[in-house]
Amino acid sequence: MRPLHPVSPSIRTVLGISFFVLFIAFWAWITLGGHVNRIFLADPLSMLRDGWRLLVEDRFWLDILITIWRVFGGFLLASIVAVPIGIAMGAWKPVEAFLEPFVSFARYLPASAFIPLLILWAGIGELEKLLVIFVGSVFQIILIVAVKVGSTRRDLVEAAYTLGSSSNGIVKRVIMPANAPEIAETLRLVLGWAWTYVIVAELIGSSSGIGYMIINSQSRLATGQIIFGIIVIGLIGLLSDFAFKAFNRWLFPWSLA
Amino acid sequence: MSKLLIEGVSRTFAGVRGGQPVKALMPVDLTVAANDFITILGPSGCGKSTLLRIVAGLEAPSEGRVLLDGKAVTLPGPDRGMVFQSYTLFPWLTVAQNIAFGLRERGMAEKDRDGIVASYVDLVGLKGFENHWPKQLSGGMQQRTAIARALANDPEILLLDEPFGALDNQTRGLMQELLLGIWERRKKTVLFVTHDIEEAIFMASRVIVMSARPGRIKSDVAIDLPHPRHYTLKTSPEFSALKARLTEDIRIEAMRTAQAQPAEA
Repeated sequence: MRPLHPVSPSIRTVLGISFFVLFIAFWAWITLGGHVNRIFLADPLSMLRDGWRLLVEDRFWLDILITIWRVFGGFLLASIVAVPIGIAMGAWKPVEAFLEPFVSFARYLPASAFIPLLILWAGIGELEKLLVIFVGSVFQIILIVAVKVGSTRRDLVEAAYTLGSSSNGIVKRVIMPANAPEIAETLRLVLGWAWTYVIVAELIGSSSGIGYMIINSQSRLATGQIIFGIIVIGLIGLLSDFAFKAFNRWLFPWSLA
Repeated sequence: MSKLLIEGVSRTFAGVRGGQPVKALMPVDLTVAANDFITILGPSGCGKSTLLRIVAGLEAPSEGRVLLDGKAVTLPGPDRGMVFQSYTLFPWLTVAQNIAFGLRERGMAEKDRDGIVASYVDLVGLKGFENHWPKQLSGGMQQRTAIARALANDPEILLLDEPFGALDNQTRGLMQELLLGIWERRKKTVLFVTHDIEEAIFMASRVIVMSARPGRIKSDVAIDLPHPRHYTLKTSPEFSALKARLTEDIRIEAMRTAQAQPAEA
């Protein structure tokens, strides 16, 4: 193995899949082989059985849909607020000087610690769940977008000035399109984080959603269901990430050409 | 009749960390006639790009002023088209959209833009590449598009800052002929910055040689070689004589720069 030497696509696929196989084999060996108590960890087969029962008998797919809606709702809300603020901060330095210290501070406030407060303010309904995701995402998006916009290629801005662009034109027709792909990439990244916030929000004061099912299963020691729930989150996260990536590629063909 | 007037323009950069301020450009006076092709030749770091950027309005002079058609230059504007050494096509726009950029900023309707864009695509020989993204083009094609983009705005003066500096030698030669051919047919006032002696002579009706930092005008050489110029001109005796003279001029300055380097670093 030489450092940085590329690997062929077929070998890459085989290697990627084999880790999953090893992982599941190890899991099956310690559970089905009786090396751990099944009260604490279900084996892969009963996990699948529990999962099937959840979907068919307990209408778990409704919980899945609710969780998806919360993630996208909260994330969309955060994006609508954060992207324009981030662009404004990156483009106009006084705006940045005004907001940057506060946003940098607010970024380190843990979203999960806000849950008790948000429950006091907004109850335990949908609004509270959306707000948890909003609080968790909005400051991150603002800061990353501001940094990307702030590092717009100066030579492109200068070229536009010599072609007659006004300040307004620079922002709208240079800064925004130049950074659009990176902003979209940022949103894709933050959407991944939103999935962790939603589960935390659903673990506390909730009566629906994947997180609720997980905390509910804990009290009944149904580890098969918990693992099934975790895997479902992982799969949906992976799918939405793929979709987002494909969408970005379709939207910005010039950045890949 | 003078098109561009540079009067006592100098540039001093503030000292770094309490150091002495750095004089990049001594006061420069230059008068450029309409439709002149002027090359500014100098060793790297002599302030020739700074001078061009001041004319473009991208930097402010510490002293002096620049007048274009009698009007003082303060900010960049579409009357001074610029081609940069780095590739500055907008990567999210196609070749045609890049060329149309200035016209669009001016608020020209799309159907009026199309005809102008097509003629400039033709002028720089990029027919068939209108809908390519800049990333799909070679360096030479990108700079051709950049020239077309600047010209499509019909500027009063065209400013070029070592536009072919990043290209390989063969492409550079072809680009020189292309740009010179356009100038011979269309006539435009041009200010062209380069550190390449051959390029400076081949393109110019007048070569301005600048001294090592702090830059000032060392000599002003009229190039009376006939037009249209063909690449074979570069091997003619007249060309060689001019080249020998300018090589001597620039060599002294380059040596001065080289000696000054350790002190600056």
